[in-house]
Amino acid sequence: MARVTLPQSLTALTGGQQTVELVAADYRGLLRALEARFPGCREPLEALAVAIDGTIYQTPFLESLDPDSDVHFLPRIEGG
Amino acid sequence: MAEAFDLKQDLKYVGTRPVRPDGVDKVTGRAQYGADHNLPNMIYGKVLRSPHAHARITAIDTSAAEALPGVLAVVTGADFPTAASGEIGGESGGDVADVAKNVMARDKVLYHGHAVAAVAAKSTAIAEQALALIVVDYEPLTPVMSIDQAIANGAPILDEQCFTKGLPEQPSEPSNIAMTMTMPRGEIEEGFAAADVIVEGEFNVPMAHQGYIEPHACTANTNESGEVTVWCCTQAPFEFRNMTAKILGKRVGDIKVVSTEIGGGFGGKTVVYLEPLAALLSQKSRRPVKMTMSREEVFRATGPTSGTKIKARLGAKNDGTFVAAEATLWYEAGAFAGAPVGPGCMSMLAPYQIPNFKLTGYDVRVNKPKVAAYRAPGAPQSMHAFECLVDELAQKLDVDPIDLRLHNVAEEGTQAPYGPKFGPIGMRACLEAAKAHPNYTKPLDAGVGRGVSAAFWFNIGGESSAEVHVNEDGTVTILEGNPDIGGSRASMCLMAAETLGVEYDNVKALITDTQTGGYTMVTGGSRTTFATGMAVVKACEDVIAQCRARAAATWELDIDQVAWEDGHAVPAPGVNADVAPLSLKEIAGNTARTGGPLLGRASLNAAGAGPSFAVNIAELRADRETGSLEVLSFTGFQDAGKAIHPDYVEGQIQGGAVQGIGWALNEEYIYGEDGVMQNAGFLDYRIPVASDLPMIDAVIIEVPNPNHPYGVRGVGETGIVGPLAAMANAASRALGFRVNDLPLSPPRVLEAIEAHD
Repeated sequence: MARVTLPQSLTALTGGQQTVELVAADYRGLLRALEARFPGCREPLEALAVAIDGTIYQTPFLESLDPDSDVHFLPRIEGG
Repeated sequence: MAEAFDLKQDLKYVGTRPVRPDGVDKVTGRAQYGADHNLPNMIYGKVLRSPHAHARITAIDTSAAEALPGVLAVVTGADFPTAASGEIGGESGGDVADVAKNVMARDKVLYHGHAVAAVAAKSTAIAEQALALIVVDYEPLTPVMSIDQAIANGAPILDEQCFTKGLPEQPSEPSNIAMTMTMPRGEIEEGFAAADVIVEGEFNVPMAHQGYIEPHACTANTNESGEVTVWCCTQAPFEFRNMTAKILGKRVGDIKVVSTEIGGGFGGKTVVYLEPLAALLSQKSRRPVKMTMSREEVFRATGPTSGTKIKARLGAKNDGTFVAAEATLWYEAGAFAGAPVGPGCMSMLAPYQIPNFKLTGYDVRVNKPKVAAYRAPGAPQSMHAFECLVDELAQKLDVDPIDLRLHNVAEEGTQAPYGPKFGPIGMRACLEAAKAHPNYTKPLDAGVGRGVSAAFWFNIGGESSAEVHVNEDGTVTILEGNPDIGGSRASMCLMAAETLGVEYDNVKALITDTQTGGYTMVTGGSRTTFATGMAVVKACEDVIAQCRARAAATWELDIDQVAWEDGHAVPAPGVNADVAPLSLKEIAGNTARTGGPLLGRASLNAAGAGPSFAVNIAELRADRETGSLEVLSFTGFQDAGKAIHPDYVEGQIQGGAVQGIGWALNEEYIYGEDGVMQNAGFLDYRIPVASDLPMIDAVIIEVPNPNHPYGVRGVGETGIVGPLAAMANAASRALGFRVNDLPLSPPRVLEAIEAHD
């Protein structure tokens, strides 16, 4: 199962849980699974970047997940 | 998904140092910058700016200005549509509704210098005369000029609709804190309980400006159909197009932005200020309108970076192992939400392995200009605080500061503080190179201090487009959309020459406008050589595929039977064909017979940007009578992944170092109690000049990024991150005590010496 780390700011929606394990084939499936488990989390998560197995995607959508992917949601990064 | 590349070996052009293609035009004055574009019947726009830092606008009367002979248009906030709230595509734009209100105030002014009206007239003198005739009624409000004032109970609220985001529960009262975030890991109290040594402190870093030499400038022409063309100095022509469209309620396709040469940006030219004003004034006057900022306007009304207040502590074992870190970070956002506190938190601990930490960040609104990006936004301030603590710990434990960092260094596989595990990174390589460098090992004279710091920046990828045209004589033209700030034209040409196998001198790179080239994100985020470079390489590979197909057709072979070697189509290994290799020039000279012009294209959203690490060594002499600090040497070690053009990489390391040194030693926004900036000019806002500094020694480290065909990471930002702490740590060793706050200007240092001695 993919191991997913959620931002601290969503702990009100997740009952304090910050790390969850889920089965999802891709990013969109992951969002659906998270929304099903923690209603209301999808919209704030869609505003974030995601790191899948060490690679950061600023605007994720089509990315696939491995069965044991390590996933982290994090603020989008800007630069100068 | 991010693509993993087999890194190209035996490079012929990448990594060489050819003469920059734009150099002659720039040193002879032929290059056209933002203020250089002129059109027939052009008139001139000027901006009326608020004399108050915080006030309600109760009325604006422009009738006298409009009646002045020579005045052709006047606009105020009432002339703009109400922009809907929403993120602007790309980066650094923030919320479009806020950007619109920053371009032109509506019901409230939020900083001294906030635009309240604009005039276009036949001359700048008439325009300025007209500004004086505009009557604005203000209801002055108490300005909020510091973090402490902003977060105090009962503080005046800048925006009654601002409710702190990021709290577990939606707050019921508005606040000047726009957002808060927390980054925890492990068990913070247990971590500190296990520490043998704890160092802590409060560190204040002032608001500072990018200090680009070219002030903002643009010329806009709006035609009878409402279509707008804007010529301007910008890092982000496509984002400027999008922002201008949304602020003016126009379609994106009706706006064309042409980027001129740019005299520095460093993040500060990623957001619009003048462009929507000039376009609207042009629409009203039916004339092209030129607008240029004075240096004073640049300081008062464009985006510097955040002033910050950071409280931090670090716990370690006696052997130097970090066991816990905690920090609270307050970042000034300026008038609207959006300080870079997120990346500040995320970068603060990145060079190290720390099992337990908790970082809490606050985005704080104050009555100062809305901050904009500035090289590695947010990281210099947070890493200044933490790197000072690391040095303090080294002094307490009496260990070498590089050895202490090596003892805790982040490596490939280390979980970054912001979540994911690092891939191949160069933190250890930078530290080891620094430790072996003569600037670290040579003996120090009395009164001289040497300081070390580590640094980090994420780097980003994002969307880019490129076209590669092969002309009939085999010369190559690259079209891409990133304004060339740090040498990207040369880098693109080098990567194209390497990929195609043609001479560097046969390749030229041109910057498109927003209608003739594909969408390309900002020149910023250290992304251009990585992401647009990847697009150029892929466009070249598209050309190569077409060349192989045409050679195959010519030779009556399958395309799989044709390979590309050193600029020629050749039979693939094992293919027995009695044909002479075809060069790119030969294929390009015969395109009419083989399918038409050779044009390669690529558009992509590059993922897999490689994080960049750096180490700085500063050497200072302190004058205890005057408090001045003389920089004797400064050395930057930075992981570039692969330096496509090493001169430019060294230039980025040096440029970042100089800006960081200036911020450490002198640069700061100084405000009076009335909320008016008191040093809005280069005489009083002291950036370093050549005579202030020694030659900056730049050492390029190359740990390739596997997600780029040549291993590129990105080098534009990391160089500014480390100097703040390196300077502070050198000063602490030269003085014999630490001064936590920046800048380490002579008055502050002298006061500290007198208090200490």
